Amino acid sequence: MEQDSAGAPARASLLNDPKARGLFYQVVLVVALVLFGYFIVSNTIHNLEQQNIASGWGFLENTAGFGTNQSLVSYSETSSYGRAIYVGFLNTLLVAGVGIFFATLIGFIIGIARLSNNWVISRLAYCYVELVRNIPLLLQIFFWYFAVLRSIPGKRDKWSLFDTVHLNIGGLRLPKPIWEPGSEFIGIALILGIVASFFVSRWARKRQEATGQQFPVFWTGVGLVLGLPIITYLVTGMPMTLEHPNFVETGPILRQGFELNVGINVIPEFLALTAALSIYTASFIAEIVRAGIQAVSHGQTEAAHALGLRNGPTLRLVVIPQAMRVIIPPLTSQYLNLTKNSSLAVAIAYPDLVSMGGTVLNQTGQAIEIIGIWMAVYLSLSLLTSAFMNWYNQRMALVER
Amino acid sequence: MSKKILPLVIGAAMGVAATTAAGATTLEDVKAKGFIQCGVSQGLPGFSNPDAQGNWTGLDVDLCRAMAAAVFGDATAVKYTPLSAKERFTALQSGEVDVLSRNTTWTMSRDTQLGLNFAGVNYYDGQGFMVRKDLGVTSALELSGASVCTNTGTTTELNVADYFRANNMPYEIVAFEKADEVVAAYDAGRCDVYTTDASGLYAQRLKLQNPGDHMVLPEIISKEPLGPVVRQGDDEWFNIAKWTLNAMLNAEELGVSSENVDEMKSSDNPSVKRLLGVEGAFGEAIGLSNDWAYNIVKSVGNYEESFNANVGPDTPLGISRGVNALWNDGGFMYAPPIR
Repeated sequence: MEQDSAGAPARASLLNDPKARGLFYQVVLVVALVLFGYFIVSNTIHNLEQQNIASGWGFLENTAGFGTNQSLVSYSETSSYGRAIYVGFLNTLLVAGVGIFFATLIGFIIGIARLSNNWVISRLAYCYVELVRNIPLLLQIFFWYFAVLRSIPGKRDKWSLFDTVHLNIGGLRLPKPIWEPGSEFIGIALILGIVASFFVSRWARKRQEATGQQFPVFWTGVGLVLGLPIITYLVTGMPMTLEHPNFVETGPILRQGFELNVGINVIPEFLALTAALSIYTASFIAEIVRAGIQAVSHGQTEAAHALGLRNGPTLRLVVIPQAMRVIIPPLTSQYLNLTKNSSLAVAIAYPDLVSMGGTVLNQTGQAIEIIGIWMAVYLSLSLLTSAFMNWYNQRMALVER
Repeated sequence: MSKKILPLVIGAAMGVAATTAAGATTLEDVKAKGFIQCGVSQGLPGFSNPDAQGNWTGLDVDLCRAMAAAVFGDATAVKYTPLSAKERFTALQSGEVDVLSRNTTWTMSRDTQLGLNFAGVNYYDGQGFMVRKDLGVTSALELSGASVCTNTGTTTELNVADYFRANNMPYEIVAFEKADEVVAAYDAGRCDVYTTDASGLYAQRLKLQNPGDHMVLPEIISKEPLGPVVRQGDDEWFNIAKWTLNAMLNAEELGVSSENVDEMKSSDNPSVKRLLGVEGAFGEAIGLSNDWAYNIVKSVGNYEESFNANVGPDTPLGISRGVNALWNDGGFMYAPPIR
């Protein structure tokens, strides 16, 4: 190539120049895409006008008029459509966040159990993976939801644990913390505890590198993170009280059972959806973890054992850190899948983004706008997740010195 | 669900371009393909419900069959698209269906903002509540603090919110996409109350494990005029939908039924003559043949026949005519005359 152009510069006609041709086709492609996009948009607007379908974003400020059974921010029937969609968005975030946490936890446990030397444990993990990942998610959601509904006590009955946590068909009831003035110090103490334990662990690592002496970092951390807020709580005169769910046993039958809006109620729709999403996604994560661990050469384990490390520390300090490099990229995809799959919530009355947005769509008929919001939200969530995981991946990547 | 709507919207963006660009009216389209595409519910006994063989029956289905009889002289020239409450308008707007006959409430915003036209009312309904009998509740006003199961994307959701708010009663709403899941959740005891249009309550009650354990409360909290819907901007097709319904009502009023329609052709009553196309050219006026109404009555029947066969007192639903009786019988059903 270089010789060609150096030898005969005059012959490099624009038509034969691979660079110019490549550029030309790319420009043509971009122009075609832009034109196609313009055609779709203008055609849509034209057709909407012709069919007398109202469009625009003004509807977001109109009164929604419908209720919901879970909102993380204040919401009532008099709130706007925009607020309703926001409520759905937060519910999606919540179920995705909690789902990702549990899916990762279960996935790692099962993935590691799959490689266990214990035959029973590894077979159990194998069965779990094969059973769960081969059943469609929607069926699993229905299974969890209707299994939950059918098997737990009805409205006028309950299962209780230590008389603080209760479960019945209306959901999981927990005591709700009521924050009084002065309680902000507890939050400050918690943050201080976390920061302090971070510095302690850094100091302990440096000291171990310098002197070889170990320091009980874990228990110090626990002490700081839990202890500081508790001491603050006691010192500031206990500014936080618990509001316990109120179970009514007398009066008309309809009034019996838990009172509305007292304590925290985790609705069964949320429980079922989180269970289904985490258990389903965990089966894929388990395989990813297994693949990652198996990708680490067995020599690493043998070397660690030769250094005198036991199985636990070998796994934690030698194998997993190396396996993470293989695990993270496919793990990202699973996180994205879980987030997007949460839109199946609509089947079991969990008010997520798609459910709330769908109701708004039906009340207003603004299909294009609502679908636009859905696409924008899921796209940005996915891009954010993958940006974060890429950053994490880069941090974990092998640094060659 | 989103998987279903997305193609619809893309269809709205692109497919509709094809139909409007070609300038073909809905009637021409329908004639060209040889059948009417009719949007119905996903299964509501008495209104639109498929049997084991996939044959659809019901009051709403009869309207589609009547339109097919009017256009083709053949009541079977219909294909059905089961639609959820959320999908229905997009499906109609995008041209996926030619007519929506799916217990859809006529409201002002739907009529004016969605590019749709309501062709009349084939069932006057109102929203009600169903509860377990053992709750001991006798009035909807005692439902304070109850949890309420319903469908998403319906006027029902708005009415129940208005009702509980107006009466200052707290409540918990549990809204499902499909009616079958509402029934299952209510049956499992997730909710104290099941609310939808009263006709729907009677129909869905049949799906419960022990229908006898449940009762419908006396309060009707809303007006729900249900009727067929077509796209706005196609007056010819709008007329056909409107006058198909009117023909069924007029036939009942004139005493013309599927059994006596052939004899009635030789009736001396000028109204009957105009209806059956013996006199005048009313079929041509709406772009059809003059025996359009004869075909409707012959193959589908008049409104009374359709009502009695699908939802009437002798069916499992056992709904009496009530306000759905003809105007001269104490009801609301009043069709403009054919003349």
